[in-house]
Amino acid sequence: MSIAEDQKQRGGATLARLLMSFGPLLFLVALVVVFTVLKPSFIDPINLFNITRQISITGLIALGMTFVILTAGIDLSVGSLLAFCGMVAAVVAKGGAANTLSLSTSGTQGYGWFAALLAAVVVGAAAGGVQGLAITRLKVPPFVVTLGGLTVFRGLTLTISNGGPISGFDASMRWFGTGLIGPVPVPAIIFAIAAILCHIVLRYTRYGRAVYAVGGNAEAARLSGLRVDRILVSVYVIVGFFAGLAAFVLSARLNSSEAVAGIGYELTVISAVVIGGTSLFGGIGSVGGTVVGAALIGVLQNGLQFNNVSSYTQSIVIGLILILAVAFDRWLKSRVRR
Amino acid sequence: MSPLSPIISLAEKALPAELPISPQVGEMSGRTEGGAVPLPLPIGKQPLPTEAAPVLLAVQGLTKHFAGVTALSDVSLDIRPGEILGLLGENGAGKSTLLKILSGVMPPSAGRITFDGADYAPSSPQDAKRAGIVTIYQELSLIPTLTVAENIFIGRAPVGPLGLINWRRMEADSRAITSRVGLSIDPMTPVSALSVAEQQLVEIARALSLESRLIIMDEPTSALTETEVQRLLSIMDRLRKDGVAIMFVTHRLEEASAICDRMTVLRDGRLAGHLDREGGPIRLPAIIEKMVGRAASELYARPAQRAVAGDVVLSVRGLRTVRDPEAPHAIVLDGVDLDLKAGEILGVAGLVGSGRTELARAIFGADRIAAGTIMLEGRRIAPASPADAIALGIGLVPEDRKHQAIFAALGILVNFSVASLGRFSNGFGVMAERRERDALAGFRKMLSIRMASAEQPIEGLSGGNQQKVILARWLARDPKVLIVDEPTRGVDVGAKAEVHQILVQLAARGIAVMMISSELPEVLAVSDRIVTMRKGRITGEMPGAEASEERLMELMALDRRDARRDEARGQTV
Repeated sequence: MSIAEDQKQRGGATLARLLMSFGPLLFLVALVVVFTVLKPSFIDPINLFNITRQISITGLIALGMTFVILTAGIDLSVGSLLAFCGMVAAVVAKGGAANTLSLSTSGTQGYGWFAALLAAVVVGAAAGGVQGLAITRLKVPPFVVTLGGLTVFRGLTLTISNGGPISGFDASMRWFGTGLIGPVPVPAIIFAIAAILCHIVLRYTRYGRAVYAVGGNAEAARLSGLRVDRILVSVYVIVGFFAGLAAFVLSARLNSSEAVAGIGYELTVISAVVIGGTSLFGGIGSVGGTVVGAALIGVLQNGLQFNNVSSYTQSIVIGLILILAVAFDRWLKSRVRR
Repeated sequence: MSPLSPIISLAEKALPAELPISPQVGEMSGRTEGGAVPLPLPIGKQPLPTEAAPVLLAVQGLTKHFAGVTALSDVSLDIRPGEILGLLGENGAGKSTLLKILSGVMPPSAGRITFDGADYAPSSPQDAKRAGIVTIYQELSLIPTLTVAENIFIGRAPVGPLGLINWRRMEADSRAITSRVGLSIDPMTPVSALSVAEQQLVEIARALSLESRLIIMDEPTSALTETEVQRLLSIMDRLRKDGVAIMFVTHRLEEASAICDRMTVLRDGRLAGHLDREGGPIRLPAIIEKMVGRAASELYARPAQRAVAGDVVLSVRGLRTVRDPEAPHAIVLDGVDLDLKAGEILGVAGLVGSGRTELARAIFGADRIAAGTIMLEGRRIAPASPADAIALGIGLVPEDRKHQAIFAALGILVNFSVASLGRFSNGFGVMAERRERDALAGFRKMLSIRMASAEQPIEGLSGGNQQKVILARWLARDPKVLIVDEPTRGVDVGAKAEVHQILVQLAARGIAVMMISSELPEVLAVSDRIVTMRKGRITGEMPGAEASEERLMELMALDRRDARRDEARGQTV
């Protein structure tokens, strides 16, 4: 290769990487500036912490979804799985589904918040594992398996809850949804810790390398000695785990597990991951991008609400932003490739 | 019945008798074997296009800058009707840029192009097509789910009075169009059911139906078997006689030499020279010298210092693979016996479809084994997956680099260490990146990998440098056995010798190297010992020093050897 061409590629690659990693972030900053100009109280710390609380539920699931999408997979079942895990957590926390509509928080014979949390994440991870096995063993595409899962988990949720909510948890459990450490909401702290852990796993461990490799080229990964099927199953376990964790936090925040919780979450979650620059074709993306993507959606929702834009219009705007964000990403790449 | 033979026999009917299709073609029985007619083809007899023929396309002083980099500098060439012009050059020589300008993908920075006497400055590929220049890319542009007829008439289907598609006319017209390229398939066949070679012919047929006067073919033979290559070359020859001009862009010098009337060679974005067929085919050494700027004898020189072969490391006996009921024509191993010694390079020569790749995959645990034994250092092994084989100390550089080896969008570092993540991480599974980078830096120096940084995506490297990264991937594991399948496919002529030298060095370190290649000069240059394969069996073995292209080709391509072997086997039983 000529030196000239070498240099061209060097410059191009650096520029591309810069723009691709900071594109969504620039977008986020721009949004914050716009909303602040429109209504200066937007930048209030109270409001900002409010946003972090809002994004932490879908954000947690989006962390897991990042793993899945990095392997060129998808999980449409996360919203239903969240409802299912929430219901499981409620049953464990309250020691049964009998007191369905009881809001009383005294005299509970449940097993406590820790058992509820454990049950939620174990059930979530197991459900993800089953879907992962269906994908790898039965060779059914992830889209189809998790589309089935979306229906199955919703049905299971309605079955165990009889369609209604299970409400009223003790204060120690509610703290995980409503508590504050200093000025910072607990869900936001959970989200931040989880995001840092996921970032470390994807960026600095051999497991993370394997996830990128499987998503980048599954056949080459197999011929390089990676156990591709195991890695594929593992990412669905991870997203299931996060659906369970998010379910616990959501139930704690609402002091109730709703059978209809999480409807449509899969789309918000996938939007966050994709806006964050993770490629649906696998192999490209990062946790940092997903956090920015989740924040972008959160800021948009909050900012629009702040300016009294109706929730109907909000969905229109968020949908358009999703398309624009990906179009912008494509445009950058094509500019840089030339 | 092989899937290709009906097409071939039809093609023979459709083509005039004097076409230089090799007589062996009709006798073929295997799916892909048997077509290996020693090149060059007996094509050079037709009259050269007369000098009086007016120039169809003239390119003068073409230059293209990209963001301060000159990809093409002052290139001139011309092509006349009824002429095949070879466009040659290593990767990065500027061929693609030139092609993109001619096909309207991008405008030049400077220079002048005239086509049919008029200025030619296409604003888009459609514009170029309308002007009469069609480019057929390596990645074919047919729509697989549509039929042949729909593809040919895409965007211009014949319609009846109500504006509805006249299917009958479309079918009849398609039949006529495809027969021009010797293809007699039902035009209602979906394109996905065709082989790559047939799809290519459909593209050429479509180009002809658009009244194209210049067809540019970008690496048309790279995905074809030997037989299919012969067929394509015959059709190109026929089109030439019909007065169509063809620009043939290729890496395969033998083919270019066999078919081209003239050649234009590019090097580093500049014109390296023109070559002319003067009575006989253009000689390979002359082409190579123009391409790389030095004498050809250096390229396939047999590296001098050879290690003495040690003990047998890998021993294969009676290896058979499973016949997949869903792919009854796929090649299966039919009892392979093979020994591989430490410190030697064993060349495995065979045509596409001889079972050479299947042998590599079976040893590597990538395909299932039906019968036979594999012994590694005296112990019987049965790798059930590549992971097993790798853990035992076997490495494989696969033949299809893009699809089987590289992670195109990922960085060089990730590509390098993917097979040894365990070695480059600590007990908690955290990558020891410092160690990893140091190792890569060592191999970068040792293999002289030309790269910008460890984070650079590997797809930005040239083929040769990509292959070196893949070799480094395996060297990092220090394997006992390294199988390399087509190690220099898609590698520049100049970098081939480097790859060969690396293989020799590896053997000198005591690694048992098995090199599969369809390039006989390469097999001859590198191997200490050579075995030939055909139809899933070993058909011959000889020391590298005693082998010649003729002897190998005979063992690889001819059927009577099999017959004789079978006879002998029958007597001993």
